[in-house]
Amino acid sequence: MTQLIWDGLFVGSFYALIALGYSMVYGIIKLLNFAHGDIYMLGAFIGFALLTSMGGIPASLSLGALLIVLLVSMLITGGAGVLIERLAYRPLRGAPRLAVLISAVGVSFSLEYGIAAIAGPNPRAYPIRLEGGVFEVLGARVSLPQIVLMLIAAGLMVALNFYIQKTSTGRAMRSIALDTNASLLMGINVNAVITRTFFIGSALAGAAGVMAGAYYGKIDFLMGFIIGLKAFTAAVIGGIGNIKGAMLGGLVLGFVEAFGSEWFGGQWRDVFSFAVLILFLTLRPTGILGERVTERM
Amino acid sequence: MTAVLEVKDLQVAFGGVRAVDGLSFSAHEREIIAVIGPNGAGKTSAFNCITGFYRPTSGSVRIKGLETTGKRPADIAAAGVTRTFQNLRLFPDLTVLDNVRAGMHLYGGQNWADAILHTPRFKRSEARYTEEAHYWLDFVGFEGARGVPVRNLSYGQQKRVEIARALARKAELLLLDEPAAGLNYSEKQQLLVLCRRIRDLGTSIVLIEHDMGLVMELSERIIVMNFGREIAVGTPAEVKANPAVIEAYLGKDDEGAQSNGDA
Amino acid sequence: MSENIDTTLAPLRVGPPRSPISRLLESRLIGWVTLAAALLAPFVSASPYSLNVMTTAAIFVLLASGLNIVVGYCGLLDLGYIAFMAVGAYTAGIISKSFELPLLFTIPAVLVMTILAGLIIGAPTLRLRSDYLAIVTLGFGEITRITANNLSVTGGPSGIFGIPGLLKIGGLDVENPAVLYYLTVLVVSLFVLASARLGKSRLGRAWRFVREDEDAAEAMGIHTYKVKLLAYIFGAIWGGLGGVLFAAHLSAVSPQSFIFLQSALVLMAVVLGGMGNMRGVVIGALVISLLPELLRDFASNRYLAFGLLLVIVMVFRPQGFWPARGYERERATVDVDPPAVATKQGR
Repeated sequence: MTQLIWDGLFVGSFYALIALGYSMVYGIIKLLNFAHGDIYMLGAFIGFALLTSMGGIPASLSLGALLIVLLVSMLITGGAGVLIERLAYRPLRGAPRLAVLISAVGVSFSLEYGIAAIAGPNPRAYPIRLEGGVFEVLGARVSLPQIVLMLIAAGLMVALNFYIQKTSTGRAMRSIALDTNASLLMGINVNAVITRTFFIGSALAGAAGVMAGAYYGKIDFLMGFIIGLKAFTAAVIGGIGNIKGAMLGGLVLGFVEAFGSEWFGGQWRDVFSFAVLILFLTLRPTGILGERVTERM
Repeated sequence: MTAVLEVKDLQVAFGGVRAVDGLSFSAHEREIIAVIGPNGAGKTSAFNCITGFYRPTSGSVRIKGLETTGKRPADIAAAGVTRTFQNLRLFPDLTVLDNVRAGMHLYGGQNWADAILHTPRFKRSEARYTEEAHYWLDFVGFEGARGVPVRNLSYGQQKRVEIARALARKAELLLLDEPAAGLNYSEKQQLLVLCRRIRDLGTSIVLIEHDMGLVMELSERIIVMNFGREIAVGTPAEVKANPAVIEAYLGKDDEGAQSNGDA
Repeated sequence: MSENIDTTLAPLRVGPPRSPISRLLESRLIGWVTLAAALLAPFVSASPYSLNVMTTAAIFVLLASGLNIVVGYCGLLDLGYIAFMAVGAYTAGIISKSFELPLLFTIPAVLVMTILAGLIIGAPTLRLRSDYLAIVTLGFGEITRITANNLSVTGGPSGIFGIPGLLKIGGLDVENPAVLYYLTVLVVSLFVLASARLGKSRLGRAWRFVREDEDAAEAMGIHTYKVKLLAYIFGAIWGGLGGVLFAAHLSAVSPQSFIFLQSALVLMAVVLGGMGNMRGVVIGALVISLLPELLRDFASNRYLAFGLLLVIVMVFRPQGFWPARGYERERATVDVDPPAVATKQGR
């Protein structure tokens, strides 16, 4: 039982990291960035490229190397996110919703098959595999890599929360999410804030990608596809547009999946999470922490 | 005689804000009444409640005697009310004619099988839709190309199309939300004439409007709203003289305040 | 009503500037030309491989016309459209194999199942806004594939094979690739025509009203939920029938045929061809399904190109390459006496 909880927490922290980017972007420009899951995949591959170019790394230094690669990958994926926003979404700001969504689908496709064209369609093995001690905690098998990764994820989330709550950019993000026009009138550089939001969200997803590569050892160009769906589910569960909600939703989804796989069998795991998504959208579309917003005409 | 529209103690709240707070009024057959009031008085919110786009938190709306509170907008429209919007909500990429045909949707006259097979029933129905669309465009005095997307038209023309679309519904009650906004003097005169002709057709009009001249000349009764409810109801003359109305628009005289000497 | 309404004579024809090419593309001719090309194609090359490719392309056109109803007319971004085809193909395959029936006789069951699928997928999703709708339909597409992959009745990962042909009457063997091809072209043409006609009817207009401005449509008395559901159901039926043809064509169905990539390709055909414009969509579908064959590219590069094309088209020409014609004919003459139109409740 505790094993399930731990597994759920572990996977959940990945979902939370990726759901954060989803929620932040949605909160600020009301767009579900369909390509967000592929940013995660991009991060994994960038990490892969960096690690392979670094040559052989002694096992004892793997954690250090990983952290450096993590940082660099985050910067690059953040930049990629900014580029995508500038090229594929910003020109469509005034266009009907459908156009932006389709553009996002196009971006997703381009990322997936772009990487496939560069790195080949077959899965690649990560040059670093995190090994570490395994402990028994309250009846659950807990490994050191898992703890380390979760600490990193938690650290990132705490840093993000601080950023949102305490800095002026964070405040600007929240105000734009509430009322874009008023924010513009108050002199907030909306474009700059949106750029920063994309940067941060993409960087977080990229971080999750590198960590996933290091932990699971295998990456392929379609790994972002299902993750994107899961991140969306997590964001909806927690309350879309809500930062704390994304974190909570990620963890909840992790639990739900762990228990669902246990009861129904692993091959139904995705179906089970999807069923949860439908349930939430039908019964409580605002999510756990979301607020009901009446549409004004 | 049943009132065409009867609103009783209507209330709708968003979070803590009571946009409509106990509004009551009624409109009768072949009446033109105006709803006026300062910005934020709750006029458009009231319209939205009546047409079903907001769900009232309490109170009742009756159209031709039928209770329509809380029903969905499409059903309320079918019950006999039609409207235009403050921000002009036409279908931008569709032709002028198609926009007017939207008002005619409830006429029916064909199903999907007719459409696929191009039955005589289908052809008759399509001809009717086209013919009547032209009729209503003529009625509102629309001039210009009708087979072009409405986004290409001038603002004044678009407003006419929106009215034509609403009229095509052939409802007993027409709600006009700031129909004179953005119109010049001669266009407003034409609007006046048009409203009277609509009334002669047998449709009652309730309009939200800020142009006092138009309101005074056109309406038989005026309802003044402020803070979500009616503060005065009466003929134009009565309302003009009503101290509560004056206060709502101009504010209260401060006791003991020094006048500056200039008017 | 006896007043004379003073209307200035409207100019007889106002429309977009027309180059000869766009006039050709929008004329009725293009439909006949495409059909003729389809009918004559086997005379150019009748190898089993060519017929295979052409039949697949024709089925793809059918799917694109179905998705055009959902996305093009009604504006519902369905990213899991291939699920309807899967439902049709599996239903046809399972029933025809279990009862040893030619595929033709499975069509009633296919209709029932696809309409059911349309309702099941539509019910929760159609109340959502467009972003959510897109992702949830994507989810449904995946769920359909995963379910087909996991259940034994659907044959698991290997799927169902050895599916009987459409029909065998006397001398006419429908399993002959050429006969199957012509039959497919016939069916597809009829369905494309049907969907085009639907688009120009009251229902088609209702779809467009919902797409342009849902609230305004509701205000006019249109039950937007019902209208959206109808779009889904028609799309589902078209997709399901595509599935039947698919099963007849390949004699086998497996989950691999229903991955997201397929939904995305159909979407691309609709988007690039011009959402809402049936002719453009047909041509878009032909281009997407035939071009790779003609160019023999790396699969990845081809899809990368499609992805980039989607973004480019959206940013620079969101209506697609052949946008839906936003114009109609003006009135030929102005009536001196307005027609007798009932102006009160009598409709």
